Amino acid sequence: MSTDHESPKAHRPEGAHEPHAFFAHHFNTPDQQAGAAKLGMWVFLSTEILMFSGLFLAYFIVRMFYPDMVLAAHEHLNKTAGGINTVVLITSSVTMALAVRAAQVGNTPAIKRNLLLTIMFAGVFMVVKYFEYTAKFEHGMLPGKYYTAFEHGYYIPGNPHIFFAVYFCMTGLHGIHVLVGIGVLTWVYIRASKGHFGPNYYTPVENVGLYWHLVDLIWIFLFPLLYLVR
Amino acid sequence: MADDKSKHDAEHAEGHGKREPSYLVAQRGLKSWLFTIDHKRLGLMYLGSTLLFFFVGGVAAILFRTELLTPAGDFIPWLLSHLPTALGGTGGDVEAAVAQSATTYNKLFTVHGAVMVFLVIIPAVPGSLGNFLLPLMLGAKDVAFPRLNLLSFWVYTLGACFFLYTLFAGGLDTGWTFYTPYSSTTGTAVVSALFGAFILGFSSILTGLNFMVTIHKMRAPGMTWNRMPLFCWSIYATAVIQVLATPVLAITLLLLVVERTLNIGIFDPAMGGDPVLFQHFFWFYSHPAVYIMILPGFGIISELVAVHSRKHIFGYKAIALSSVAIAIISFIVWGHHMFVSGQSELAAIVFSFLTFAVAVPTAIKVFSWVATLYKGSIQFNTPMLYALMFLFTFSIGGLTGVFLGTLSVDVHLHDTYFVVAHFHYVMMGGTIIAFIGGLHHWWPKMTGRTYSVWQSKWAALLVFIGFNMTFFNQFVLGQQGMPRRYYTYVPQFQQQHMMSTIGSYILFLGLLWIAIYLLASLRRSAAPKEPLPDNTWGGASLEWSTQTPPIEHNFHGQPRVDTDPYNFPQIDRTGEVDHH
Ligand SMILES: [Cu+2]
Repeated sequence: MSTDHESPKAHRPEGAHEPHAFFAHHFNTPDQQAGAAKLGMWVFLSTEILMFSGLFLAYFIVRMFYPDMVLAAHEHLNKTAGGINTVVLITSSVTMALAVRAAQVGNTPAIKRNLLLTIMFAGVFMVVKYFEYTAKFEHGMLPGKYYTAFEHGYYIPGNPHIFFAVYFCMTGLHGIHVLVGIGVLTWVYIRASKGHFGPNYYTPVENVGLYWHLVDLIWIFLFPLLYLVR
Repeated sequence: MADDKSKHDAEHAEGHGKREPSYLVAQRGLKSWLFTIDHKRLGLMYLGSTLLFFFVGGVAAILFRTELLTPAGDFIPWLLSHLPTALGGTGGDVEAAVAQSATTYNKLFTVHGAVMVFLVIIPAVPGSLGNFLLPLMLGAKDVAFPRLNLLSFWVYTLGACFFLYTLFAGGLDTGWTFYTPYSSTTGTAVVSALFGAFILGFSSILTGLNFMVTIHKMRAPGMTWNRMPLFCWSIYATAVIQVLATPVLAITLLLLVVERTLNIGIFDPAMGGDPVLFQHFFWFYSHPAVYIMILPGFGIISELVAVHSRKHIFGYKAIALSSVAIAIISFIVWGHHMFVSGQSELAAIVFSFLTFAVAVPTAIKVFSWVATLYKGSIQFNTPMLYALMFLFTFSIGGLTGVFLGTLSVDVHLHDTYFVVAHFHYVMMGGTIIAFIGGLHHWWPKMTGRTYSVWQSKWAALLVFIGFNMTFFNQFVLGQQGMPRRYYTYVPQFQQQHMMSTIGSYILFLGLLWIAIYLLASLRRSAAPKEPLPDNTWGGASLEWSTQTPPIEHNFHGQPRVDTDPYNFPQIDRTGEVDHH
């Protein structure tokens, strides 16, 4: 490990290790800084996965306790909307990856274009989610004591209030992550507009990209588990 | 307190020429502290806040220990009726005081537990000594993410505010474990306490993440993994657990918040949920969390035992890797908290076996420390007294854990004072004793001040006597059937309870004495005429090679490492930390 700090230039292409404007001086080299930021991001992503894992566990327990209820209740979720959102998020992951690539080669217009597309897809996801949620609210398909679907003419046997509790917890927490994603994507977009990123320095774009892929990935698990039980 | 080697070292430091201002005075003003990103200053701020909450939790303990002096509930009603209503009392209304007294007792032990666990033991060692020492020991200028470090301190403060709010909004009476269904139905301020613990969890995660990356990426040239001081290894293992376990606590607490506010029913059997699911969730975090609490203490003891017996630590790799082993095994033993909660027999047997397995790496550590002492030239400095105390009390705590991990024995001991005694022998007799020892070891380095040697030794004796008097006979009490968390008890237990209470007073006085002489050493008039030597104890790790107290950027130039941090023969010969 120690050799990393001693000869940063030994095995790097020329120019990739020059101190950039955002070099923090408690690091010895920009490489060390970028490596720390990336490792930090991966560690953070692992905490995110573990946080969601609690909800996934809750989901599986509910499904194990009440397989028939989950089967009946999930039919009331809008598979088309969920499917559209899946496609939207996967596409946004592609544009995100393109933005990171653009940052690595220092193509600022392309970074901005791809980030904008990613933000737009995130927005579409939230709009679709909004319509899904309002439909559920109207039908009284709400968590816990607020569950009143029977008053709206829907009869689901068993304890559907628990299924909708799990549904809202999982998609809600995921939705919050999408909103946070829109926030950080905007932040990176503003920084890209100022021309901050280039081959020497693109860690923020890369890390936001990692975050966004994780948000996408979690949805890819949520969609079949919640919408495609049958 | 300095030996003659450090005199030599002082001369050596003079050889380097003039002293630079220390991190304590490099910048001035309140703002320079509140918004500092210097890991050393943040360490001191954590130290101050955790010790403050240690006092709060201690006062709660003294109050309910006083109540337990007699079998009848009499002290708390007396206290409540003499307190004005503004302070939570009844202002002379004796009947109301009696009516509230049992609940008040529940609130007191809950405050004690929740404050001690979430605000003191979890953040204490990583937050204060960890922050201060980790970059110094690694030869770095700071942690990897200094601003994140500041953020986690303020997140900690925010979480603490939620806890304080809980206190004034009617308190919390669920015990620190928040067990459902009681926690989803009781009228006390559960939601704000849950948010407090949730926020404190984030602080813990951020600190763990920061330390992990720091250890991976910020080590000085030549500082291989096997040349790191063992304190860093233990902080690393701690960080792994903080990062991997705490998110599960976060989601658990969130689900409980939703359960309370929306009645989702996931933990409520009446609505088709399962209260044992909460216990699984909770202990999946909280068992690893006890290793978040104890592992940093192990790290301190490794340093103290080696430095004060002037001998190379025995079994460096075994101690280092056993920390990691403990971190890993700690994730698969949580079921030992549910032996009587309706868990399947097979699961109980597996969890019992795995619980025994944790004893192996733990014993490796204890044996290595004892082997380090063997034929060492032991110096009974105050930090060493605490290290020896730790070996005694922690061994009792660890071994009684094996009793509790044994299925049939646990059925008898479950939820009795035996558990209370075991837990305190591990957490107080382990972590806190190690923490106080570490504080005495690094106090000169952190503050540039020395404390009174004779006072510190007598206070250590008081702590030792008080601690054992408080908790040792609780093993017996529990074995005889005294259940924990009870407000009143049958008269036959009075003698032992009385002994326990008197012990707790002695312990409290000992701790207060420590606080007094440490604070006294900070007075302007107590400033040493000559700056202290860099190397107080002849330590061989990097923090002793820099000025006391350290300069703002830790080192003059980049330190390089070509030996391991326990090479005392060399330092005793040359008087120099050989890293340059
Ligand atoms: Cu446990």
